[in-house]
Amino acid sequence: MDNIAGKKSALSWAVNIAVLALVALWVFPTLGLLISSFRTGDQIASSGWWKSMLPTEQNLTLRTAGGDEAELIDGLYTVSGNLFAHEGVEQLEISAYGTSSRDVGAYAPGETVDMGDGEIIAVEANGDYVYSSEEEMSGRGQRVFVTAEVAPEFTLQNYDNMLFDPNNIEGMSKAFFNTLTVSIPATIIPILVAAFAAYALAWMDFPGRALLIAAIVGLLVVPLQLALIPLLKLHNEIGIGKGYLGVWLAHTGFGLPLAIYILRNYMVGLPRDIIENAKVDGATDFQIFTKIILPLSFPALASFAIFQFLWTWNDLLVAIVFLIDSSGETTVMTKQIIELLGTRGGNWEILATAAFVSIAVPLVVFFAMQKYLVRGLLAGSVK
Amino acid sequence: MNPALQGLLTIVIGVGGCVAYFYFSNIILDKVLFPPRGPNAGRNINRANMIRPWLFLLPALLALGLYLAYPVFETLRLSLTQRVRGGGYEFVGLANYQQMLREPKFWEGFSNNLLWLIVVPAASTAFGLLAAQLTDRIKWGAIAKSLIFMPMAISFVGAAVIFKLIYDTRPSGQEQIGVLNAVWLGFDGGVGSFIWLRLVPGLLLLALAAGAGVLAWSLIKPVIGREGRSPGVIFGALRILGAVLMAGVVFVMLRQTLAVFTTEFPYGQPQTWLTIPFWNNFFLMIVLIWIQTGFAMVLLSAALRGIPEETVEAAIVDGANPFQIFFKIKMPQIVGTIVVVWTTITIIVLKVFDIVFAMTNGQWETQVLANYMYDKLFRANDWGVGSAGAMVIMLMVTPILIWNVYNARKEMR
Repeated sequence: MDNIAGKKSALSWAVNIAVLALVALWVFPTLGLLISSFRTGDQIASSGWWKSMLPTEQNLTLRTAGGDEAELIDGLYTVSGNLFAHEGVEQLEISAYGTSSRDVGAYAPGETVDMGDGEIIAVEANGDYVYSSEEEMSGRGQRVFVTAEVAPEFTLQNYDNMLFDPNNIEGMSKAFFNTLTVSIPATIIPILVAAFAAYALAWMDFPGRALLIAAIVGLLVVPLQLALIPLLKLHNEIGIGKGYLGVWLAHTGFGLPLAIYILRNYMVGLPRDIIENAKVDGATDFQIFTKIILPLSFPALASFAIFQFLWTWNDLLVAIVFLIDSSGETTVMTKQIIELLGTRGGNWEILATAAFVSIAVPLVVFFAMQKYLVRGLLAGSVK
Repeated sequence: MNPALQGLLTIVIGVGGCVAYFYFSNIILDKVLFPPRGPNAGRNINRANMIRPWLFLLPALLALGLYLAYPVFETLRLSLTQRVRGGGYEFVGLANYQQMLREPKFWEGFSNNLLWLIVVPAASTAFGLLAAQLTDRIKWGAIAKSLIFMPMAISFVGAAVIFKLIYDTRPSGQEQIGVLNAVWLGFDGGVGSFIWLRLVPGLLLLALAAGAGVLAWSLIKPVIGREGRSPGVIFGALRILGAVLMAGVVFVMLRQTLAVFTTEFPYGQPQTWLTIPFWNNFFLMIVLIWIQTGFAMVLLSAALRGIPEETVEAAIVDGANPFQIFFKIKMPQIVGTIVVVWTTITIIVLKVFDIVFAMTNGQWETQVLANYMYDKLFRANDWGVGSAGAMVIMLMVTPILIWNVYNARKEMR
């Protein structure tokens, strides 16, 4: 009803809540991975990422000082001190403690516990303890299980390992540069080829034009799965084999129909007067194209460039068929992640970080140039 | 050579080569072949203008022909041949197809693909429509849209990792780090569990069955209809085939609805979601729906905004309620866009590979055609059957291809 100016829908709060729920549902998965990539492996394994913002309860196993430090006080061998200081860990606020692994939170801090056999222990909330025994103690101290609140903690260590550790063979830095090497030429080259073709299809009159346009619309939906084997055979026969050249050519070929389609649709809409005036003034087609059409078509060029960049950056299939050979030197990020999924299926700190390294660049491109992406979508879908 | 350097060089050679080609070929055409001077100036200009379009088109046509058109025919040829020991190929007729049709893995992939074909476009379009309709009404709609649209930028592999974390399973007794299991362990078999685990999915399945049924009926109606104009033989056959497939889907859905209400759920046990047959397909589909909803939303939102205000205002004046406005005024005006969204997502679904490859690799009855084909081509190294699988995907795309070409030609006239 809000289509009529001045009338506000009574249900607007419901709409707001519904959108909020929808957005939350859509962002939640990515957020989980993002937060996980800033947690240590132990943190990820011990609690769900959605609890990472709240302080977590953690169970620690600490030891009192050993028998050598015991003093004889009132006929009892006694050790005292601070549990955290003794183990050299950060001091925490203890909420419960226990002396048996079967019941780690049996006693409240400050409680004095008779452990039997004449052994008595008391642990304060800050970790101070007094432990005494009627008999002489052994060399190692008594085990104490404490439950403590740990403040939320995040680390950049995962990214450091993934990107900047030269000894990490599972690292992403090489794959990152390989992906960049694949996607930039594969984005730029088809644009130019397509722009000329689109101009011819939009503004030049020649027999067979309509047929060509129809053919390009048809090629838009041909699954690239069909091209894998014939082209791999072709590349091997003409000596390209598996490598960057092959993957650039393949991406160029696969990207062309969409490029021509988007650019032609855009160029057709440019005002006829400009082009005809230029022709009357004696400009050649080549001049019209480079001086008038190309600058005016910038929005369409940008939309296709974003599409092609996202597609080549995110691609897996074309890369494993045309690029990655048995040496693995030319691996791309998507392939690297697949490998990690196989070998490091449970190590979420590694997987999450690797995935986010590969997702980060497309996300930046997406948020920076969303306007062009939307425009391209609207122009590029067959109507 | 350093790949980065090689890349830079390729950009320079590629771009420079293209520019040089276009520039010099035009010069040669104008200055050498048909100079617009001398006695034949007029004729030369006409001839040059006849050839020029092809100069502009040549690189694109070569690339398209070599990388898209030729492979279609070559794959067709390969699917009819078989590698011979010691090199070379021999013609084997339809033997590859026969072998493929005998393999249960192929039928698993085929039926799963059909399930994907119905669920993913339907769900993405429905969510997209909902999101478009809702976000257009609020102040922060642009931000909401861009957040729902965001998964579009994420690779299928990245999305697979994201959802694997959601579906993660820890042994019973440990803290669950996958959201789905954490939620699942919250169910105890009470009333809430009945509503969320039996009633809601059961109704959803029934709705899907009804949708497939309607589709089957609308496909078959013109064939058996008595309203005169019957479709041609080919279209008639296609429609009957489609209707039979949809009827099969209806049957599967109804059977599963029954199962939803009768199965004993293992409450309190953490589940390994991706290994539960049949349902794991849906867990994979959610990933694609999550990605594609943004696309549907953007297109449908543009279409909704393009609706003339007068039509809506007239309906309000006539006393239509919001639901009537949406279904009777707005829907008919955006039905063209819905078809575009639907067919585009359908094509993406037919090619879906990365998600299945990364999450289950076709195990536990989640095979799809694209992954089956990849298995045959690069693991079993059986190019004949692999090509036959590729041809099946091509065959399933063909109706959409024809439809698109038909529409594009209609629009141009």
